Order: sequence, then C-alpha cells, then structure tokens
Amino acid sequence: MKIRIAALVFLGLLALGCVLAGWIAPEGYAEQFRSEPDAACSRAHLLGTDDLGRDRFARVLYGTRVSLLLAPAAALLATVLAGLIGGAAGFFGGQLEGWVMAATDLVLAMPWFFLLITVRALLPLNVAPATSVGITFALLGCLGWAGAARVVCADARALCRSDLALLARAQGASGVRLLWRHILPNLKPALYAQFWISIPVFILTEANLGMLGLGVAEPLPSWGSLLRELESCSTGITHAAVLAPLALVILTVSSFQLAVRKKEIHA
Amino acid sequence: MRRLGQHGLRIGLVLVAGGLLSAMLVRTAPGYGVDEQDLDSRLNAESHRALHEAKGMDGGFLRFCVAWCGRVLHGDLGTSAALNEPVRQLLEERIPETAKTLGEGLGLAWTLGLGLALLSSAPGLRGVEWAAWFVASALLCVPAAVLAIGFVLAGAPGRLAVGLIVFPKVFEFTRNLLARSAVMPHVLAARARGVGEGRVLFRHVLPVTARQIFALAGVSVCMAMAACIPVEVLCDLPGIGQLAWKAALGRDLPLLVMLTMLVTLATLAANTAAETLSGNLRGGEAR
Repeated sequence: MKIRIAALVFLGLLALGCVLAGWIAPEGYAEQFRSEPDAACSRAHLLGTDDLGRDRFARVLYGTRVSLLLAPAAALLATVLAGLIGGAAGFFGGQLEGWVMAATDLVLAMPWFFLLITVRALLPLNVAPATSVGITFALLGCLGWAGAARVVCADARALCRSDLALLARAQGASGVRLLWRHILPNLKPALYAQFWISIPVFILTEANLGMLGLGVAEPLPSWGSLLRELESCSTGITHAAVLAPLALVILTVSSFQLAVRKKEIHA
Repeated sequence: MRRLGQHGLRIGLVLVAGGLLSAMLVRTAPGYGVDEQDLDSRLNAESHRALHEAKGMDGGFLRFCVAWCGRVLHGDLGTSAALNEPVRQLLEERIPETAKTLGEGLGLAWTLGLGLALLSSAPGLRGVEWAAWFVASALLCVPAAVLAIGFVLAGAPGRLAVGLIVFPKVFEFTRNLLARSAVMPHVLAARARGVGEGRVLFRHVLPVTARQIFALAGVSVCMAMAACIPVEVLCDLPGIGQLAWKAALGRDLPLLVMLTMLVTLATLAANTAAETLSGNLRGGEAR
C-alpha cells in the first residue's frame, strides 16, 4: 500500500514539474549555449548540456511534459475507440460481433510496431514538431484499441445476458435506455482499467519510436528523442546525466504499473 | 483435419484482406505515381505514358488492386524504391538473419521465463520468486531500444536482447498460470495424499496449463517480431526489422506493406500451430 502511495506521489510531483516547467527552467528546451556543448553537471546546468549545448535539465522537463501529457491522451483515445467498437459489438452481438472480433483478431495478429511504422511512413516525416507530437500520439491511440476492445466486448456481452439487463428489458426499457443507464455505467471499471494499462505501454512505445527517429521531431523533446543521446555513447557513457531520461522513464512506467495494479483490483 | 482446414481458410482470408488493404495503402500513399523519370526532359509525353502503363500507375483503383495482387501471387513483389533492389531478393537475404534472431531470442526467453516460473512455483524458493519477479518487472519498464543499446555497450550478442524483451511476459504469465493451477482441487487432493512435488508438477499442474502455455508460445512469436525492429536497428543486424525501419525512413511503402503482410502471415502461422497443438491436447484430454 505504501509503495503505491509513493508511486502516486511521484507521478503527482512529475505532473507538477511538467506544469511548472517554464518557471523551473526558464531558458527553454531549444536555447543553445554554444560555448558549452556536452558540458558536465554544474550549477548553471543541473544535468549538463547535450552535444548542441542545450540544457539537459530543461529538455528533460519539457520532454516529460510532452510524454506525460500525451500518453494519457493517446490512452484516452484508444479507450474511447475500444469502448465504442467493443461495446457496440458486445451489445448488438450477432454478425456485427463476429466481424468486429475478426477485425480485432487481424489487428492483434499484426506485430504492433510493424503496423505503427507502416502507418507512420504513410504520413509526412518532415512536419512541424507540434504536428509530429499530434501524429505520434494519435497513431498510438488509433492503433492501440484492439486488445481493449476485446475485453470490453466480452464484458458488454456478459452484461447483456445478465439478470439486470433481463430485468430492465422486462420493465420495458428500450435498447438505448438499456445501453445508457445499465450497460455503460457497468462497463466503466473495465474502461478505467484499460485506460490505466495503456498509459505505460504508450510511454514505452513512444520511447522506442523516438529512439528510431520516427517519433516527435526535433527540437521539441520527448522521452524518446532524449533517449537517442544514448546511441552516441558507443564508446561508453561519459556523463551519468545522460542516463537521467532513462531513469525517469523507468520510474514513471513502474509507478504507473504499481498504480494500475490498484486500479485493476478496484475494477 | 477440419480444424486445419478452418485455419487454412482463415489465413487465406487474411491474405486476401491484407493484400487488398496493402494495395489500397500503396495506391493512396502520398507520392504514388510520381517517378524520377518524370523529370527527365529528354523523354516526351508518350514515353512518360508508356512508362506509367508499364509500371501499372495508370487506370482505376480496382484495376490497380487486381494487377497488384496478380503480381504478388506470381511472386513479383516489386522493387524497393529506397534501396533500389527487388523486394524478393531483399527478403531472401534478410529472412535467415531474423529467423536466427527470433530463434535465439525466443529460446532465451522461454528457457529463462518457464524455468524461473517453475522454480518460483516450488515451495521453499520464495527468494527465487522475488528475485525473478523483480528482474521481470524491471525489464518491463525499460524500452526495448534501450535494452538493445545496453547489449551494444556491453558487447553482448544483440540477438539475446529479444530474449530479455520477451522474457518478462513469458515469466509473469506462466508464473500466474502455475500459481492458479497449484490451488486447484485435484492438485490439493494430490498433495494431501502425499504425492511428491515433482510428480504434482508434472502429472497434475503442467497438463492443465499446457494449452495456455502453447497459446502463449504463439503470442510470444508476435512479441519477438515486434522487438526485432529496435534490436536489429540498434545492434546493426541486417534482418527484416532493420529493413522495415529503412523502408519507413525512406517512405518505401510497397516494401513496408509487403514486410507487414509477411510478418502477419508468420504470426498467424505461429498462432495456428499453437492452437492446433493445444487443440490436440484438448482432444487427448477428452478421449
């Protein structure tokens, strides 16, 4: 229990850091200190600078803002899609359910990363940084619904066959009323759980995409693009501060996983 | 036999649907129909038209789809625009490398995952269970690309990174499965009758969980294939994953959709094999 509270406190502090990024690091993520490229940690630069002389601490803060705000947004999109597709399939059943489940099977059979880079390649690669953020996380949300839809469909089907649905029908409730008043409120726990489960998955996927150069475009930082610095350490890690984004990713994902377990139990 | 037929039909339907979808993606992709030869001022309009016709760039969408699927069925997978080589040749060169990566990675993942899950289920080995759980949980929080870089920095064979990416999922699933099976009534009854732990595991627990473990084996192929992209790119292994990444950066959509279809087929084949095996087990249990 204590460790879960610690995880939630850590996530809260991180979110606060993102909100106050402009105040904590006023120099911004793109400002270059040309006389100090690849500098070690100092008072002026808490985590040193990268090879272009940009303050690493500021970039980590702004990168956290991008990754931590947009992964939940993508998770929300995926959950809404899963709720709509899976919920409709489970509620209406019959052929619609068969077709939706076949589509879900097809999407799940495709290795996600292959599908993601295929669709990413369809879209322009040389776009404005803000657009690349939108594209990256919209893609994650649009392609990450399948697993959750399967769970929601099974839940909706079970609810439609449950005593409460039978009773509502016996009392003359229409299909819309049954869906709105009885099925949807009971699907909420499953949807919450899927939402919380998706966040760490999307954080890690963005990190992988960013490291391969297919994520958020420079100079806007994200955890993925910050981790690309590790690629240049082929001869060894010169400054330990290079590892700061990695430590943050690991801590954040593990905090989410600890929080998710609690949410799952509640669900 | 009937089940095999059903699986074959399913794979066939996926092929048709995937083929049409791929053709649609290629046809509607930005830049389709633009050829660098269009910029050659020495060629007149008729030559340009003839070139377009030869490449099947003119005509309606349906005609394009039929022509594209026909070419694929005849083994002509097209030419990669980014690498300027026939797709078929690229695949022939790179499939063995990825197969090797998958083999070694999955071997490591299953040896570690299943082995540690079995050890964790043994009474009196709580330390092993906690250590394995900690390592698996930590690995779940590390991006696959970072693990690959770690292997490069350590000078370790990059292929094994795939194993460490898949291992936590195998371990967590099989550990939970074994823990759930261990409290089933027939297992408790066997223990109450004084049956040894080894016999309980191999005669009462594993037969019950085998079907789900086979299903996980199919899914783990899909996970390993997805992990191949960052691992092969960062560890410089010339396989399918690296090819997909190059195709994505070069916006070589024909190559990319072909790779995605190929990988989907491989995944479906793995899942079908796993389902057939688990179906045989169920049949055996029923008899």
